[in-house]
Amino acid sequence: MRRSLLLMIFLAAPVFAVQPGEMLKDPALEARARAITETLRCPVCQGESIDDSSAPISRDLRLAVRERLVAGDSDDQVIDYVTARYGEFVLFKPRMTGSGLALWLAGPMMLILGAMIAFAMARSRAKADDMAPINPEEQAELDKILRE
Amino acid sequence: MIIELGHFALILAFTVAILQTALPLWGAHRNDARLMAVAAPAALVQLGLIAMAFGALTYGFVTSDFSLRLVVENSHTAKPLLYKFAGVWGNHEGSLLLWTLALALFGAAAAVFGGNLPATLRARVLGVQASIGVAFIAFMLFTSNPFLRLANPPMNGHDLNPLLQDPGLAFHPPFLYLGYVGLSMSFSFAIAALLEGRVDAAWGRWVRPWTLAAWIFLTIGIAMGSWWAYYELGWGGFWFWDPVENASFMPWLVAAALLHSAIVVEKRESLKAWTILLAILAFGFSLIGTFIVRSGVITSVHAFANDPKRGMFILLILAIFMGGALILFALRAPVLVAKGVFSMISRESALVVNNLLLAVSAFVVFIGTIWPLVAEIFFGRKLSVGAPFFDAAFSPFIIGLAIILPIGAMLPWKRAAGLRAYRPLYTTLALALAAGLLAYAVQTGRTALGPVGLGLGVWVVLGALVDLAGRTGRGSMSDRLSRLSRLPRADWGKAAAHIGMGITVFAVAAMTAWVTEDIRVVRVGETYDLGKYQVTLVNVKDVQGPNYASKMAEMRVTLNGAEVAVLHPEKRFYPVAGMPTTEAAIDQGVFCDLYLVIGDPQDGGGFAVRGYIKPFANWLWGGALLMAFGGMISLSDRRFRVAAGAARHA
Repeated sequence: MRRSLLLMIFLAAPVFAVQPGEMLKDPALEARARAITETLRCPVCQGESIDDSSAPISRDLRLAVRERLVAGDSDDQVIDYVTARYGEFVLFKPRMTGSGLALWLAGPMMLILGAMIAFAMARSRAKADDMAPINPEEQAELDKILRE
Repeated sequence: MIIELGHFALILAFTVAILQTALPLWGAHRNDARLMAVAAPAALVQLGLIAMAFGALTYGFVTSDFSLRLVVENSHTAKPLLYKFAGVWGNHEGSLLLWTLALALFGAAAAVFGGNLPATLRARVLGVQASIGVAFIAFMLFTSNPFLRLANPPMNGHDLNPLLQDPGLAFHPPFLYLGYVGLSMSFSFAIAALLEGRVDAAWGRWVRPWTLAAWIFLTIGIAMGSWWAYYELGWGGFWFWDPVENASFMPWLVAAALLHSAIVVEKRESLKAWTILLAILAFGFSLIGTFIVRSGVITSVHAFANDPKRGMFILLILAIFMGGALILFALRAPVLVAKGVFSMISRESALVVNNLLLAVSAFVVFIGTIWPLVAEIFFGRKLSVGAPFFDAAFSPFIIGLAIILPIGAMLPWKRAAGLRAYRPLYTTLALALAAGLLAYAVQTGRTALGPVGLGLGVWVVLGALVDLAGRTGRGSMSDRLSRLSRLPRADWGKAAAHIGMGITVFAVAAMTAWVTEDIRVVRVGETYDLGKYQVTLVNVKDVQGPNYASKMAEMRVTLNGAEVAVLHPEKRFYPVAGMPTTEAAIDQGVFCDLYLVIGDPQDGGGFAVRGYIKPFANWLWGGALLMAFGGMISLSDRRFRVAAGAARHA
């Protein structure tokens, strides 16, 4: 009894990610489907893509993506199709629009800003190094050393 | 009784930490030797008390004391002994206790090895270190007490999350925590230096070993976590840009920057304020990481503590320590005057670029990690930031870092004279380009990622070797070899760490770009092709483990009729936790891993089977370990040992 109960739970365990039966015959189309499903987030899981997820909704989405591709949609059209239904939450790669632009440009802007600050400091430092005349104290010390 | 003793020891440790904060800091301010002398013994007592508390909790887990709430929630009598130990830190409260244990360990180590520090600096370092202890022990006692008892103990426990029942993960948190917490030493040194108002070459020499140690632990911890994800999560990924992974990666990046800038402070007495700021930020990122992991604020597969009260408490700790440190920095930074000047083209400038790239890449990881939170609070948008963003936004900075590394590593200090020193690098550059182009020609029709990774790897690895060879100067081969053997260990450490970085960059690119994946339904007895191999599903059996039931497949892999390996992938079910896990079977090889996963039985008969050929998988962790090993060689350099020796004579 205990064992058969275990086995039932075992069989009822969630299916594991993309299944062989879901895959398309055409390898080129299937490769595109995989590339798309890897960038779409499962709406109900914690941080898994629909390609990795075992939730039923992810299976439905995997099938939907393949259906759209077979129907002749471009990659972007497929992604828009899913986003229109589940919101931008499903996009692992946020769009470069509006506030999303700030996210994408944060790194490059920081680099440029940092480089400008570092460059300005290095130049002022180099200038100070070249221009600073020897001051009287240093001159006195130098004379002392030279005399020894 | 033992549990109560542990609880009491923790409360005592709290009061000792308060004393260790207040008396030495006050003593250093007043220059009172008696008050400052409290610091070192207090640090040792604190370590003893927290070790007692940790020992008591471990005792509770090992003896399966189900009157402890924590043991009930995270253990089970049938659980293997190793995981009863690992269960101590496989949960929120216990992991915090491990955190404070690591903190006390570093504090005590500073007390023991810090004999050569000026008295006031030493008192201040230990005082600041203890103040972090005060905050975290208070956090534990008031919101996350591991020693709470249950009035009606159950007969058995709920078991540990089966994903965590794995040797790789059992020892991954202690290393990560030693790394996170090790950065608290750099922080304490930074704050103490600001309080002293003095940063000099000696300070750079003192702070570097602690940062190096923390960075080594972080490197090993991250590599172990990545390895665990590779074989345990069942699809052979090694990095997911999960918030919890990012939490450990940000301090690693900043610590790497700090290691390099501390060299400039030590050798050239320049970049002082920046180094202090990095030391503050490195620990800041450790605290942010702790906040992300412990509060569960950013949903993640790892977050096992979802309690807003705890989140608020850590946020408060973060605000007090970072806010206080940055205000102090703003007030005192102008006092720190650079002594050494350097020209635009010099080792110092190259290290500034290194720091800039590492800091910006850490910033990209940071903003990507918190962006979902920012977007929801400020723009009302519910969105996700995942691997595709980080791959695109983070990688360019690391590519840039790899490109400048061999050039910067060979630049002379202060001012570069000319391009003559670079002649050996021309050959390296040509070889790297040739390797990349060759790979591109051979692979036909794949992305440029693999060839770029190979080219960069060759460039960095050969560049490090050329640098090492250049240090032997001129003369006969035997002269040069004897000079090579006399090179300071820091030079060897630098070469090893840089070679490790080159190998890691190459392996990441190769594993991502050149993987072979195969998903299909296979019937028992059937043979199919996986790349150049032939795979046969021999049978699938039911196996009973100590605390799980398993379906174990036997799969034979052959190459042109010769047997390569017999692999046993499993699908396990843990009844107490009610969770299935997949156990991939991996045949590890020098040039590629064979990776097989058994899935569910299919309606029409047969099993879903995933097979991968992962090229250069072991090189990834090998490269990371070589980086850590390079750090260890550097840590054993004479100049640090001389500093430690002085402690004995003092």
